[in-house]
Amino acid sequence: MTAELSAEGVRVEFTTRSGRVARALDGADLVVRGGEVLALVGESGSGKTTLARTLVGLTTPAAGEVRWKGETLGRSARSLKALRRDVQLVLQDPLGALNPRHTVYDSVAEGLRIHKLVTKTGPSETERVAAALSAAGLRPPEALFLRYPHELSGGQRQRVLIAGALALQPSLLIADEPVSSLDASIRGEILALILKLREELGLGVLVVTHDLGLAWNIADRIAVMYLGRIVEAGPTEEVLTAPQHPYTQALLSVVPEMDRLEPIVLHGEIPDPTRIPAGCRFHPRCPALASGEADAVAHLCRGTALPILPSDPEGHRSACHLVAQRVSTPLDHRGAPLDHRGAPLDHRGEGTP
Amino acid sequence: MSAATGSGLPEARGAARLLDIRDLHVTYATGEGGLPAVRGVDLTVERGQIVGVAGESGCGKSTLASTILRLQPPSATVTGQVLFDGSDILTMRWGALRAVRWAGASIVFQGALHSLNPVHRIGRQIAEPIETHLPSLSESRRTARVGELLEQVGLDPDRARSYPHQLSGGQKQRVMIAMALACDPHLVVADEPTTALDVMVQAQVLGVLSDLVRDREVGMLMISHDLSVLADLCDKITVMYAGRVVESGPAKQVFAGPLHPYAGALSAAFPRVGDPAARFAPAGLPGDPPDPRNLTQGCSFAPRCARAAEECLPAEPPLETYDDGRQAACVRIDRTHRSSSGVETPSVETHRSSSGVETPSVEPVENPGETP
Repeated sequence: MTAELSAEGVRVEFTTRSGRVARALDGADLVVRGGEVLALVGESGSGKTTLARTLVGLTTPAAGEVRWKGETLGRSARSLKALRRDVQLVLQDPLGALNPRHTVYDSVAEGLRIHKLVTKTGPSETERVAAALSAAGLRPPEALFLRYPHELSGGQRQRVLIAGALALQPSLLIADEPVSSLDASIRGEILALILKLREELGLGVLVVTHDLGLAWNIADRIAVMYLGRIVEAGPTEEVLTAPQHPYTQALLSVVPEMDRLEPIVLHGEIPDPTRIPAGCRFHPRCPALASGEADAVAHLCRGTALPILPSDPEGHRSACHLVAQRVSTPLDHRGAPLDHRGAPLDHRGEGTP
Repeated sequence: MSAATGSGLPEARGAARLLDIRDLHVTYATGEGGLPAVRGVDLTVERGQIVGVAGESGCGKSTLASTILRLQPPSATVTGQVLFDGSDILTMRWGALRAVRWAGASIVFQGALHSLNPVHRIGRQIAEPIETHLPSLSESRRTARVGELLEQVGLDPDRARSYPHQLSGGQKQRVMIAMALACDPHLVVADEPTTALDVMVQAQVLGVLSDLVRDREVGMLMISHDLSVLADLCDKITVMYAGRVVESGPAKQVFAGPLHPYAGALSAAFPRVGDPAARFAPAGLPGDPPDPRNLTQGCSFAPRCARAAEECLPAEPPLETYDDGRQAACVRIDRTHRSSSGVETPSVETHRSSSGVETPSVEPVENPGETP
């Protein structure tokens, strides 16, 4: 069975202090396959970190299921433990994630000890820690064994975290904002390391980020989240050069130095997940609806909820009434359906399995 | 707010530059000797202009920001001049300095999310500098002013009654900006104002800042490690490395066609979405920033520089002037190629498509060959 981690219709709910239910994940389908880099992007509050945590079993879904190599993830400690060896989470904020009183050696060896991976016949613990540190680009590893996190630079700390994950020889890495707290110059180094691990070890990587430039740099596929759901997903080149969903278009237009696009600055922030808008969840902020471009489907946008976007590892799909209407119009499909900036939309991959 | 402009500042408007930093050196005293954080920086900001300062952690950019308002720690030794409207902030009497802070120039600190007092309503926190600098203003006028400021940064005036924990990160950042504007300053220093924010909120906050500069003719010094944000917003960019200016010039040109290899590395770190050259090719800069206590002889960037050669080692390269008011401190720049348009940038081949102004075609690209 291939190393494939998937979420199917996953819902996660939190009850707020006032008793209201916040739907942090409101039905999400996602597949991460071995050997691919998938970027999960969205604003704060979109649910991307919750989805990542659910995929490694740190958050229990209220509905839906997570599968690892085809098997549904149970709730038992045993099945979770196997998953947590194979699928490693690399947290954001390396200074906060490393124990300040543990040396680099202890931080990296911790996982090996928990999972009792050091056997009498295999390589020793020291050898495995050294191998993990050098795989993360920290050479010579011995020089760092006895250092503490405060003695390291930001880039080195991030590499130590990655080494801690690699020590367990996982098949999948989930990295939550791996470079957001790092300097510009170190950012590229860490991203290059992620690509190298994919290349050399065949790791699958799910990168959670709000940075579309990062996705363009390293991701094969991209999934865009908004308010607990994935609203657009597909190959990175297609999604970022021909975005279908008005939300993706807006996100892309505000990336600095995107001077070929007129910035579409959305007002306000992601709504409160205790009060998800009816109809399309994006409609109160949707620029296409506000400009009148979506007038033909406005009743659907306001009143009809969209189905969960099915995970499709090959195609380019988006959850939008306007896109659906354009695709169903044959003339538009072959011809040149225009987005609201007057640029032709690329519908290749739409609906293809 | 006519009252704010006449707050006892040395009135030399129009004659002198708004901010003119000359040969500024800041050295921190540490247990192991002096730590030179800023080493001879010259920088100017005019009214209605946004100047960006870029560089990585430890390059001295935040020290520079705090020294402008003489907020550097007492252990720091400062030489040089910081001329604000013609008078030197570094030698100013305490009373005059107090008048300059907030009313003449204000600062938006980085990590603003933690800079608000959690137990006071934000309206009261915004009113505080107004109360100090314009004690004659009646309470109702002050409340009206707070509402006005909140509206200016795109928040509902009713938000004055909220506590910081009731606001999101972007809203808190706007409150910090409103506070910096409370006394109608002529200069705003913004230290990483959008670093902790999402792209969409960042776009909102940057929009507020640029409207402000355009509408009210304030000058702004914006500090960031993200050259792409600065290129979007600023008129001029200054790139710092190890306490020195290594490149400065018009923002778009510095970002699109950097002269100094370090500026090139910063520029390439943030790829242009849609640029085929950046696909699966994240550009980084190996090595760590130098320890200011043990700077190597010669160019301090040489140990990390792909173009370093024998000629970089004898002495620190001086900041030389090129066409279009551009400056760079590198002896390896090919002087024969220094025309204004097609500057042969030192780092082009590894990073970005030359002068970068040519964007990757306007239509959504089909990307032949890249998608199955």
